[in-house]
Amino acid sequence: MDLTLTAEELSFRDTVRGWLRANVPAQWTVSLKDDDSKRAHLEYLRSWQRTLFDGGWAGISWPKEHGGRGVTIIQQSIFQEELALAGAPQQLGVIGEGLVGPTIIAVGKEAQKQKFLKPLLMGEHIWCQGFSEPNAGSDLAALNTKAVLDGDHYVVNGQKIWTSFGHVANWCLLVVRTDPTAPKHKGLTCLLVDMTSPGVAVRPLKMMTGDAEFNEMFFTDVRVPASNVLGQVNEGWGVALTALGNERANLGTALYLMFKRDCDALIVLAATIERNGQPVTKDPLVRQKLAQAHLDLEVFRLNSLRTLSGMNNTHAPGPEGSILKLYWSEMNQRNAQIALEVLGLIGQSWDFDEGRWAFNYLRSRGNTIEAGTSEIQRNIIAQRVLGLPRSY
Amino acid sequence: MEFDLSKPQKLLRETARATLTQNYPLERVRERMASDAIHDESLWQIITDQGWVGLNLDESCGGLGLGLVELAVVAEEMGRACLPCPFLATTWAATLLDQAANSEHASTLQSITAGSLKATVALMDQNSDWDIEHVQTQLKPTPAGWQLTGRKTLVLDAAEVDILLCVVRQGLELAVVLVSTTSSGVHCTETRSLDATHKLFDVSFDAVSLSQKDIVAVGDQAREALEYATRVATLATCAEMLGAMQWIREATLDYAKTRKQFDRTIGSYQAVQHQCADMLLMTESARAATYYAAWALTVNAPDGNKAVAIAKAYCSDAGREVAHRGVQVHGGIGFTWEHDLHLFLKRIKVCEFLFGNATWQREQIAKLIL
Ligand SMILES: Cc1cc2nc3c(=O)[nH]c(=O)nc-3n(C[C@H](O)[C@H](O)[C@H](O)COP(=O)(O)OP(=O)(O)OC[C@H]3O[C@@H](n4cnc5c(N)ncnc54)[C@H](O)[C@@H]3O)c2cc1C
Repeated sequence: MDLTLTAEELSFRDTVRGWLRANVPAQWTVSLKDDDSKRAHLEYLRSWQRTLFDGGWAGISWPKEHGGRGVTIIQQSIFQEELALAGAPQQLGVIGEGLVGPTIIAVGKEAQKQKFLKPLLMGEHIWCQGFSEPNAGSDLAALNTKAVLDGDHYVVNGQKIWTSFGHVANWCLLVVRTDPTAPKHKGLTCLLVDMTSPGVAVRPLKMMTGDAEFNEMFFTDVRVPASNVLGQVNEGWGVALTALGNERANLGTALYLMFKRDCDALIVLAATIERNGQPVTKDPLVRQKLAQAHLDLEVFRLNSLRTLSGMNNTHAPGPEGSILKLYWSEMNQRNAQIALEVLGLIGQSWDFDEGRWAFNYLRSRGNTIEAGTSEIQRNIIAQRVLGLPRSY
Repeated sequence: MEFDLSKPQKLLRETARATLTQNYPLERVRERMASDAIHDESLWQIITDQGWVGLNLDESCGGLGLGLVELAVVAEEMGRACLPCPFLATTWAATLLDQAANSEHASTLQSITAGSLKATVALMDQNSDWDIEHVQTQLKPTPAGWQLTGRKTLVLDAAEVDILLCVVRQGLELAVVLVSTTSSGVHCTETRSLDATHKLFDVSFDAVSLSQKDIVAVGDQAREALEYATRVATLATCAEMLGAMQWIREATLDYAKTRKQFDRTIGSYQAVQHQCADMLLMTESARAATYYAAWALTVNAPDGNKAVAIAKAYCSDAGREVAHRGVQVHGGIGFTWEHDLHLFLKRIKVCEFLFGNATWQREQIAKLIL
């Protein structure tokens, strides 16, 4: 065990640091108070993504020929930590870079790699993940959206739901049923779908935060070129699992940036708040809570580091990713609650700190549902990591 | 960068596991628990033959010159074996003696690493906590040298060892003095611990006379040596807890795979599966935190001290939780004296409070970040 950075890793870190120092904007806001500021924020993130790409810092663990930098997973985690230290904006397309890209790299045809990977990294393609349906959530393989071959196109009909970023995405990784007669896991196929195709309708769904970050998507006779099948026809379940494995392993690392920013901001904020004639950071109970938030986040970071260091040897995100998903989602809920407790009644107000803590608290409730519920993660850990029998 | 144990570290783990399972199965632990003297000379011989006492100390004082990751590896295996011996106490004391770097005591340190002397640290005054600044026991000057009168509480393994490193005040200064447990005026009274494998004692000092050379360190030197050694012992405690958690987690999983109710193994029920999944998450998280802290302290990383506090806070909460869930999944058999689970539950419970529980450690973290 040696967490000292090798000479190569050290020089990599210094290069990252130098670049970030020169390029991370000193002042940038995450104001999400109205639709205009949300749109502005999105555009901001898009231009930041472009800056990253131009500097050679997008998708850095991807192979060079696909626009990446071919760095090790350890170097990628160094990069993530440096981003957090530099207070850089978050990634534009968590789904594209964390989930769709790695899946295309793993199972895509050469032409698909050529066509999709670079625009994804440049921020030109924003991807969404069309998996869940009204009657297929945890039991994803029960999905019903159909695709029928007609000449050299698949014709897609059906409905997806809870699609994050569906309203801003121009591409979608869609799972459809291509063989209704086969057992449910055997008749699925993954398609890469242009969201501007005729017959695609997206309807935003308001979340409990009041934002519409996810959507319903309706597909009516949408024609998708057969060349856009990702992987093999009727073998879409394996492709979807590859995507989900990447999501579980990568999402938390990407979100760490925001968790860290929130945790540090809370500590700074707490020091400015007076209660009963003294800063709340002098209150022993508040100190307990802040220390707990800090240590929880740190244990998550170390857990990720350890998992990534293991992956560096095998290079495939295994079911262990479920441990990380379970950890960060429940941690973020604990820490969002801690923030409210430290701040007191004012903390939950939309008028305090632009509603940052109100939003975080509400948004965190979705963490244990999205990307596979906590119950499903625990099932995966029990059955695929610990080898207990299937319960369903 | 590599988080996993290196080849030699893995080998050390295998050796430790094989040595302890062969020589010290849980039946022997139970035999010791049932007897008055928990200490077993043959076990100490095995441990010192392996060079584990002082493993983290320089070869010049009889150590192996290894790092704290290796110490954690060995301590984890001792926790997994629920080993009854004054290893933790002696490691604490030996590290303290080493840090104090007092040439008067070089040969004592040699004897400790060689296995002929065992030692512990007497830190807490009555009604004080793990904060060394709270120590008030006074060392008084006499015409012939010094005299110690006072009482230390909850001293780990005191009656099992030969030497006490006692934390006192010389005037206003913090000091560490070396007292033989056989000196006249030293009395150890057992405070029966929940965990019979980690014995605790009240030690009273009744006009114990000491000479100048018994003073091991004074002032800042005493404080720094004590802080570092206590951190090392805290880390070893985390590793012991981790080993105990690992034992419980594995035993619980085995049981879930074999015990049948309603014609199915209980491990096929989700309620049980989720307990097992959580136990894995907590054990692996404790592992990440503990080994990171071991590495960080070894290389003197800027966040080394915080890392130890984080590891101890996390292990204290998670260890207790894993033990409780392990009992729950076992049902009635898990609540019996006969089943070995309670040995580990008790080991974890005492370790939870040794060197400060999660609440205490969180305050240490708060001091560093707020
Ligand atoms: C904020 C957010 C963003 C999302 N983004 C996307 C996206 O971009 N793309 C996408 O495709 N989907 C997305 N989802 C959907 C998400 O993946 C599903 O909501 C999730 O998989 C659960 O499915 P469900 O909502 O149908 O709940 P259900 O599957 O009906 O689950 C209801 C409850 O039953 C439990 N349950 C179900 N089956 C089992 C079982 N076998 N064992 C134990 N308990 C079980 C669940 O854990 C849950 O508590 C998003 C969801 C949220 C909240």
